Amino acid sequence: MNKTPLIIKREYLTRVRKKSFIVMSLLGPLLFAAFMVVPALLATLQDTDMKKVAVIDGSNVFTSYATGQPAFVVPDREYLEFVILEDTGVETLRENFESTGYYALLYIPENIFASEAAVLYSDKTIDLDTKTYIENSMETEMEDLKLASHDIENLDEILAEIQTNLNMRSIKWTKTGEAQESSTGLVMAVGYASGFLIYFFIFLFGAQVMRGVMEEKTNRIVEVIVSSVKPFQLMMGKIIGVGLTGLTQFIIWVVFTFILVTAAQSLIFPDLAGKMAQNPSATTELFAEGAPGATAAAGQQAQLSEGEEIMMKVMNSMESLQPLKILAWFVFFFLFGYLLYASMFAIVGAAVDNETDTQQFMLPITLPLVLAIFVMINAINSPDSAVAFWFSLIPFTAPVVMMVRLAFDVPTWELILSAVLLILTWLGMVWVAGKIYRTGILMYGKKVNYKELWKWLRYNN
Amino acid sequence: MSILQTTDVIKDFQGHRALNRVSIDVPEGSIFGLLGPNGAGKTTLIRIINQITAPDSGSVIFNGRPMKREDVHQIGYLPEERGLYKKMKLGEQATYLAQLKGMHTQEATRLLKEWFDKFDLLPWWNKKVEELSKGMAQKVQFITTILHRPKLLIFDEPFSGFDPINVNLLKKEILKLREEGSTIIFSTHNMASVEELCDYISLINRSETILDGEINQVRNAYKANIFRVEFEGDRNALTSALDGRYQLLDTPVNGNGAGNAGAVRKNNQVRIRIPESAGPNDLLKALMPVTEVHGFQEEIPSMNDIFIQVVENASKIAQ
Repeated sequence: MNKTPLIIKREYLTRVRKKSFIVMSLLGPLLFAAFMVVPALLATLQDTDMKKVAVIDGSNVFTSYATGQPAFVVPDREYLEFVILEDTGVETLRENFESTGYYALLYIPENIFASEAAVLYSDKTIDLDTKTYIENSMETEMEDLKLASHDIENLDEILAEIQTNLNMRSIKWTKTGEAQESSTGLVMAVGYASGFLIYFFIFLFGAQVMRGVMEEKTNRIVEVIVSSVKPFQLMMGKIIGVGLTGLTQFIIWVVFTFILVTAAQSLIFPDLAGKMAQNPSATTELFAEGAPGATAAAGQQAQLSEGEEIMMKVMNSMESLQPLKILAWFVFFFLFGYLLYASMFAIVGAAVDNETDTQQFMLPITLPLVLAIFVMINAINSPDSAVAFWFSLIPFTAPVVMMVRLAFDVPTWELILSAVLLILTWLGMVWVAGKIYRTGILMYGKKVNYKELWKWLRYNN
Repeated sequence: MSILQTTDVIKDFQGHRALNRVSIDVPEGSIFGLLGPNGAGKTTLIRIINQITAPDSGSVIFNGRPMKREDVHQIGYLPEERGLYKKMKLGEQATYLAQLKGMHTQEATRLLKEWFDKFDLLPWWNKKVEELSKGMAQKVQFITTILHRPKLLIFDEPFSGFDPINVNLLKKEILKLREEGSTIIFSTHNMASVEELCDYISLINRSETILDGEINQVRNAYKANIFRVEFEGDRNALTSALDGRYQLLDTPVNGNGAGNAGAVRKNNQVRIRIPESAGPNDLLKALMPVTEVHGFQEEIPSMNDIFIQVVENASKIAQ
């Protein structure tokens, strides 16, 4: 009878039932959801205090008397109001600025056209948004005034005519002849996220394998177990059991995060949810069509707001990313990357007696992983560089680096070569780990170094 | 018939021979003592029997056939270095260990509950191991070792960590297991329990077997022709009657009590060595005219003495 399933079951159940696992499962999605929702939430929660800005217009250029009352030419905004002060000096206002209730004072000097400088005074730090708004509006106004001073005929028509808004799309020619629309930003995000996820997963759950092996060794249960099962079965059972635990956690995170984000969206942005509901055809049509729905999108565009248009573009690029292909390869690299490193972590666990001794053996594990992250960051900018190419073939860095390149589309032969190399290296590593493991787990109280490990590897068990 | 036979087993670790042509023969239904100083190679041999490691050469015959991997189901092994998963519940853990020995969950649970009841452990079924005392954990380990009714049981220092009451409980169970047909290999440094329990012994020193056989034969073989004589009469007369021909070993202590262990405890008791040329009757003849002999018994050496003697001799030869 094969007992590996029994071991997997124990490893899985004891871990999944742990409080820390449950806490992590709940906390993770909350954090992820917070990362996604909070920035959006903050954007909607801009201060709703009315800000009054006093304007002392020394140049008198920015004051209009169209309504009879003096008014600032820059129009008011929601929560932002301008009040022209005539016959008041900056110093007078400064003395009792707080009591006036103004948010800020804008001082425009007489020679503004020459100096191209104005000042915003306040007893508070002026927020960037307000400052930028005033700055940009005044710039436009000044440009208009300068243009007008040239006395050009039909200026308005000319201006309307030269108004240009270039729409640059990037389309990639694929071998099959279809043209695919790609969005570099999204591709980068997907590549980054999957690379980091693999890195994180390997470290988190690889270390669990190591600690599990060490626990069995220090608890002295291991000799009882290996008198019933082969050490190799015990090791593989642990690696697979912990891997399944990780996979479970990952799925819980994805599902919960999705639920939380959706719930948060419908609570905080009921409008968007409504619009999306009204417009289901757009999305379904896009997904139904194999090729990027340029025409479909164009057809819909008329009824869509700007935000929804962006959504459309995102979905288009999603399509070009071939989500199924990426997902499949993600699962592959995720799994085998973990398996390769978990075998190495198992060696470390078997070699030492306590956590502090693990340090000396961690370098061969951390080094390639950290290197992979650096190469990944580099590969995002130039996915077809030699560095990216080689590191996506080397099995120790491939799971992280290849995920980034994959988002940019990689020749199939490279993918397959990388996958084969990874599987072969994993098999080799498992063989090595098995040999060192079976000696190491029964070796107590011995200070172990690399030379010792090499001896264990050559023991004839 | 033997249940287990190892023949010329050799096991090398890098630069160190752990076992050198070790052969043991464990008769079925016996209690077999595997003795030897620390580091002699006992644990390596036990691990080979348990298929944890393989010998470099030599054979292991189990039940008349070369031993196979599946045979470990017929072995119960209680290692010297033993432990349990601390965070796991007791019942769950015991069931898991039984399953690893090939038992079905239901049967394992039923038998475990019986044993737990017998050892007063039932209230702890759902407790975690870390909440248990060391003695209780040891009992659980014993139960999980014997639960699957193995043909061969291997106990490595089974009594360490137990209080005397539990030692007795365990001894009783071990003897009962033998009655029920199990064979027991028993590795220990406690020579008193070897004398008490073992039928056969094998002594390993520096990777080699230096002594083995049926325990009474071994002990008889190490008899040194020493006789204990209890007498009434003048001690000096007795000494002179020995005439230098017989060797008086201990000076008796006057009064009760103190004396070296194994030496004379009672007043009027002496240990006398008879030379090869004479027999016990010659000694009696010499003693009878001068003293009244109340007791006369040949001294059979303890396993403790034999152990020390044999191992020390072997060390001298090695040097």
